[in-house]
Amino acid sequence: MAGNLEAPIGPLRPQSQDGAVESAAPRPAPNKEVELARRLIAGDESAFEPFVSAFQTKLFQYTYLTCGQREDAEEVAQETLLKVFENLAQLREPEKVRPWVFRIARNVCYMKRRKSIYAPEEEISLDQLMPSFKDDGGGRRIEIADWKGLPDTLAMKGELRDMLREAIGDLPDLYRNTLLLRDVEELSTEETAEVLGVSADVVKTRLHRARLMLRQRLDAQLLAGVRP
Amino acid sequence: MTKLECKEIFEKLSEYLDRQLPPDMCDQIDAHIGACPPCVQFVESLRKTMELCKDLKEEEKPAPLRHHALSNLRSAYQKFSRERNAEKGVLKNGSEA
Repeated sequence: MAGNLEAPIGPLRPQSQDGAVESAAPRPAPNKEVELARRLIAGDESAFEPFVSAFQTKLFQYTYLTCGQREDAEEVAQETLLKVFENLAQLREPEKVRPWVFRIARNVCYMKRRKSIYAPEEEISLDQLMPSFKDDGGGRRIEIADWKGLPDTLAMKGELRDMLREAIGDLPDLYRNTLLLRDVEELSTEETAEVLGVSADVVKTRLHRARLMLRQRLDAQLLAGVRP
Repeated sequence: MTKLECKEIFEKLSEYLDRQLPPDMCDQIDAHIGACPPCVQFVESLRKTMELCKDLKEEEKPAPLRHHALSNLRSAYQKFSRERNAEKGVLKNGSEA
């Protein structure tokens, strides 16, 4: 029952009443980046450093989790920023600056890894990610680790952070990219679709599989007795 | 209203947790979860996975850009700015002519 949870899930309604697609994830002031992009395009050089600072950390985090190496990530973040300024004339809609910048980062990252962005990867079936059910006479239950003791935050939890980073690193590119953009960088479904050049529905499907895969990997670690 | 099975719930869980589902679908999922302890366990583990990911970005910071790197970026921006101004100048002169 929902009441058994430490933090009950509760009814999760869309925020807009007229239908579905309104992401609940809080966005970290995206207007600030849009405003900086507008000012840069208008020739306001005082926006240069705040813009670099706003994106350098985001790009580093994204590429670190994509490339896996700190040095590579710093290099890719710098190279991406250079391409951003070299190609600023191509940014026709400043309100799309976030997906535009991340799209460049994604390409730089792939070039760095000398891997084709068009390399096909298999979609994982949902059945592979479902937990197995057991009926032991005392009612139906799923085979799942005990997640109750796991904190909601990574603060002071070095091993948990490493476990999570490793699990993300093990995800197939197709899913890792979607997860990083949506759940780590908190881009909207539509922005993520724009970065990856796919539809919003594809983003939703891949995100769900990515989360399930990650959950499955963490669950396996917990079942194996690894307690961060 | 048809009763949803666990598998159908699992298929919709990300959209449910992201609040992207229409209210009637949310009601069906709430009704199922309210009576299905295994689903509660599963939803909680997925929700925690998502929360941990959000927290991950706070953990890593890049080294500050070196002077040379920052200077390269600024040069690229200034080049863009000059070209943009030149374009504007051409347009302005063209319209005056």
